[in-house]
Amino acid sequence: MTTVSMANGIKTSFTIRGVEFKNRVFVASGTFGYGDEICELVDVNQLGGIFTKSLSWKPRCGNPPQRIIETASGMLNSIGLANIGVQTFIEQKLPYLRTLSTRILVNIAASSIKEFCDVLSVLEEQKGIAGYEINVSCPNVKEGGMSFGTDCKMTAEITSQLRTLTTKPLIIKLTPNVTHISEFARAAESAGADAISVINTLIGMAVDIKTHKPKLSTVTGGLSGPAIKPIALAKVYEVAKAVKIPIFGIGGIAGTEDAIEFLLVGATAVQIGTMNFVDPAISIKIIDGLENYARENKISNISTLVGALDADVKFSVLQSWL
Amino acid sequence: MNRTSMSSLVQQVGLVQSCHEVAAKTFLLRFNSPEIAASAEPGQFVSVLAAESGEGPLLRRPFSISRIEENIVELIFHVVGIGTNLLSRKQLGDWVDVIGPLGRPFHRNAEYETALLVAGGIGVAPFPFLTDDLVTRGQRIETFVGYRNAGQVFTDHLQNVRIATDDGSDGFHGNVVQLLEASLIQNNFGKVKIFACGPTVMLKALTELAQRMNVCCEFSLEGQMACGFGICQGCAVERRESAAKYALVCKDGPAFLSTEVNL
Repeated sequence: MTTVSMANGIKTSFTIRGVEFKNRVFVASGTFGYGDEICELVDVNQLGGIFTKSLSWKPRCGNPPQRIIETASGMLNSIGLANIGVQTFIEQKLPYLRTLSTRILVNIAASSIKEFCDVLSVLEEQKGIAGYEINVSCPNVKEGGMSFGTDCKMTAEITSQLRTLTTKPLIIKLTPNVTHISEFARAAESAGADAISVINTLIGMAVDIKTHKPKLSTVTGGLSGPAIKPIALAKVYEVAKAVKIPIFGIGGIAGTEDAIEFLLVGATAVQIGTMNFVDPAISIKIIDGLENYARENKISNISTLVGALDADVKFSVLQSWL
Repeated sequence: MNRTSMSSLVQQVGLVQSCHEVAAKTFLLRFNSPEIAASAEPGQFVSVLAAESGEGPLLRRPFSISRIEENIVELIFHVVGIGTNLLSRKQLGDWVDVIGPLGRPFHRNAEYETALLVAGGIGVAPFPFLTDDLVTRGQRIETFVGYRNAGQVFTDHLQNVRIATDDGSDGFHGNVVQLLEASLIQNNFGKVKIFACGPTVMLKALTELAQRMNVCCEFSLEGQMACGFGICQGCAVERRESAAKYALVCKDGPAFLSTEVNL
């Protein structure tokens, strides 16, 4: 393995199921395409890894417009898993992705357990894929999607069936649109998941007061961006107390400080999502920012930050309030 | 993917040269960007971050490139919200964070004798650039612009301009599609091609007119998008006849033939 695990004397790497990732900063599914659209603006090889746009067995055309609305400090989307399908991915996108030195994690979405298994099985025959992220949490499709991720038994069933098909890292991406996300994390862990991604988007809505119509064609959509960061942090904190496997923290990360907060509450790594649209180079800035933070605080291994939250609130001092 | 237009894609902060009001609530922002200026084509756009230090919209907004003058990129926009309000206050020495050039430009090579440029309101934005380009090609140009009233009229760097206003305060009293149709009947422009940009209702009327008169019509669409470079899949527009149900305004457009998409 040729991965650079040390960055300027600071150990940034970590391992899941024997696969080493060179740092803690990843780009979230659906916010980076298949890497090729954005490679002119960003040195993608610096990333810890790329989570691809969700892939299904057949291409999906997605939902009718309107698909995107900006809301306070965030955005609502109802894309509907528009994607090119796994075969086209293998033929047209994977050859480019194989040339990269960053890790490729393929996100899979499906409307049945069989479809999840079929997509993963054909990908297993391909070189250049480091692992899989299973999307049981899309709020914007009628069949499958979030309905898998809001049923604990179904989450476990999908995980255990996929587990039999691969020895690569299997990451389950959970929805926050449940009462106790930790129960789902436990179910995935027990069924053989290697890691958990927390969180997918929150169900949200916006209304046009001139027309009295919903602003999204599907009425509700998924809320992302800085608006959801405090919720995402609390969900990661909850899941971190419930499981031993690594967590990818996701939700409104817009800078180094946000990423550090996620590590402190228990995320092993983070995924940058919506903010890739605002600043395609933001992940690289956060990679550099994490190293600087470690250096300034004399931290030799980023892993010492993971779960290092000091929950003894008696001694906390509120800074930067004014 | 349109490799020719994507090959020179940049994200940068450009030094603002000037920003001033050129018509009612209509601003002309000029900033320095040699890279975008060198590679942009008429009909392409830039994605602009209006927010500064956390104040303002989260996402970038797409703006047609209005004109290129050496190393300077010009944008024309209406102040309609928080972001455009922030942009309108830029002045010499400020910076503007842009990604571009983006999207598929207008097809200027088609065989026609006269280019008919048809704009509704701030839809005039891409036409100074297109005019400059067509002039260098020796193309005959006739321009039709429609505004609500005389205060909104902007015609800089356009050629052979006919004006329509909704309230009749300048030029033809009516909408720009009516003005165009009357002019098509009165004049002999030879074989024409319509280039259009404006509100959806105007583009629908133009599509109908173009079909009725058997004229080629290409228009520039606006779409709500998060990224501007084909990733977020937000700016879908329905295709008329294609295996793929939707096109993306940012990557497959913003310039489309009127026969390509359903508005």
